[in-house]
Amino acid sequence: MTPENNFVIKIENMTKVYQMGKTEVRALGGISFSIDRGGYWAIMGPSGSGKSTLLNQLGCLDRPTSGRYWLEGQDVSELNDNELSDVRLRRIGFIFQSFNLIQQLTVRENIEMPLYYLGYSPHESHLKASQFAEMVGLGERLDHRPMELSGGQQQRVAIARALVNDPAILLADEPTGNLDSKTGEQIMELLGELNRNGKTIIMVTHEPYIAEHARHQLHVLDGLIDRIEEKG
Amino acid sequence: MRLLRFARDINLGLKSLLLHKLRSFLTILGVIFGVGSVVAMLAVGEGAGRQAMEQIRKLGSNNIIITSMKPQEDQEQTAQRSYLSVYGLFYDDVERIRQSFKTVTQTVPVKVARKEGRLGTRAMELRIVGTTPEWFKLVKRPLIAGRPLLQRDMEGNANAVVLTEFGARKLLATQNTIGQTVRLGPGHYEVVGIVKSESGEAGGLQTPDQEVDAYISLKSAIERFGDVTFRRTSGSDIREKVELHQIIVEVADIKNVESAAEGINRMLELFHKKKDYRVSVPFALLRQAEQTQRTFNIVLGSIAGISLLVGGIGIMNIMLASVTERTREIGIRRAIGAKRKHIIRQFLIETIVLSTTGGFVGIILGISIPSIITRFSGMPTVITLWSLFLSVGISMGVGILFGLYPAIRAANLDPIIALRHE
Repeated sequence: MTPENNFVIKIENMTKVYQMGKTEVRALGGISFSIDRGGYWAIMGPSGSGKSTLLNQLGCLDRPTSGRYWLEGQDVSELNDNELSDVRLRRIGFIFQSFNLIQQLTVRENIEMPLYYLGYSPHESHLKASQFAEMVGLGERLDHRPMELSGGQQQRVAIARALVNDPAILLADEPTGNLDSKTGEQIMELLGELNRNGKTIIMVTHEPYIAEHARHQLHVLDGLIDRIEEKG
Repeated sequence: MRLLRFARDINLGLKSLLLHKLRSFLTILGVIFGVGSVVAMLAVGEGAGRQAMEQIRKLGSNNIIITSMKPQEDQEQTAQRSYLSVYGLFYDDVERIRQSFKTVTQTVPVKVARKEGRLGTRAMELRIVGTTPEWFKLVKRPLIAGRPLLQRDMEGNANAVVLTEFGARKLLATQNTIGQTVRLGPGHYEVVGIVKSESGEAGGLQTPDQEVDAYISLKSAIERFGDVTFRRTSGSDIREKVELHQIIVEVADIKNVESAAEGINRMLELFHKKKDYRVSVPFALLRQAEQTQRTFNIVLGSIAGISLLVGGIGIMNIMLASVTERTREIGIRRAIGAKRKHIIRQFLIETIVLSTTGGFVGIILGISIPSIITRFSGMPTVITLWSLFLSVGISMGVGILFGLYPAIRAANLDPIIALRHE
């Protein structure tokens, strides 16, 4: 067993440089940290600090310019587009600020989508979608379209979709940003419960009271880690 | 399992297309008209071609037809009074052909005289054909009653006549009444049989038989009607001496038809000073008609192909717009783990569903147009199965061809940027 295996995520000296015309923008300036299994982390920082870039890196949507990224012990920093897609499909669940459900599909079809790409049979994915909708409390709404649901309900669908492939990490990008505070609180409760059941959660937020839910707060500033706070 | 997934993909494609019903319909309009015109044009072409070939087949594809022709110089001379124009095939030509060509199986002399036929009070103008029993082997027409001419009708003063269905109806009133005596010019003939006639014309060539024919023995025709005919036209008499009006030759093997025709032509040249005959080969006409039809089909196909091309470009245009419109969806799918090939597959299936639907609707259009043409213009049209398969194939091909570029564009979107797209 390699030592990396103790962590879900281990990042070493990660940089990301964007070419903007003739100027180079250093979005990440060499970041190293690791997250253990079952962790609950909040990434914080002002806009332009590089927290979104970091989230994209963690979500395998992009490759770092340099440095290493091990996800469940596998070095994913030099995978090609196809392999990265596969990593996202099997090990990562995304939750977005604007829910990002596909409007023309029903709740069921939205939840089933990862299973479709995983090659599940219609029957299996049907069962699994029902089960996960039940889990987020939307068992009755499977045949509705996202438009017919409230924001909180839509985010629950998104959470069900993010979990249906049993990912190693759940990435949430401002998960309550489009919700009122009461609904946001309910969503945070759901995430907290998932974490208590062992799911590793990493979220990006700029709201301190949302970040309070996490055990670790990672503050990013100018593409570097400013500090990491651990809740007592 | 794989089939099930494919069905689901198609279902998904259909769903997203039905989301914009009017737009999808307008998009496939180009393909509908393209495929419709392919099917319709091929049907018209095929119908015209088959009609021509059917006519030519009536002439007999193994036959060579040699017809007497009044030479050019005689045409001018007839203006003079009492000029006797002598031309055409000789009785001896029949024997010459029979003996010179091994590939020839039958040689039938034809002597024609136009006379009135009479039965009681009924009368009609007939084309009396003096010939041999072999006529009925070469000009294959169904026998309606009685029998054709036989060898014994050729001997002595046997006076047998075979009428056509048309003539029999006019003269005998009831078509089955054979055994009656008909007056043909100066002679009396007993009706021994009735045949169908299929008069018509193909490639500028008249069928050997006509509706008003009456077939008697060659010997009898020569004795009764002789070789000289008078005709009185406006101001001048036309006097002609013709021994045989036609010789029909059958060649056993279709491969030898054209070479035999050439040989006969060359041999006849030796015995005819003037060019007073014409050698026609129905088989050559048939081949020519087939060639013409092929060219016709290619031309029509290309025109229809252009409209399909336009239809395809229309589809591509809409699919490109759709990719832009659905950038966000593509981003979501990619973030969830869809590979590039999945995105390509999704959009390609949508385009193929679009164009194939257009293809099927186009086929319905293409099938209905020819039947309308046939009803109102009487032009024959034939819809062949292969033209339908071709159309579906082409419309699917159009979908693949014009869907590939938008699909690849969709797949190459950067997931991060696509997710941010509003």
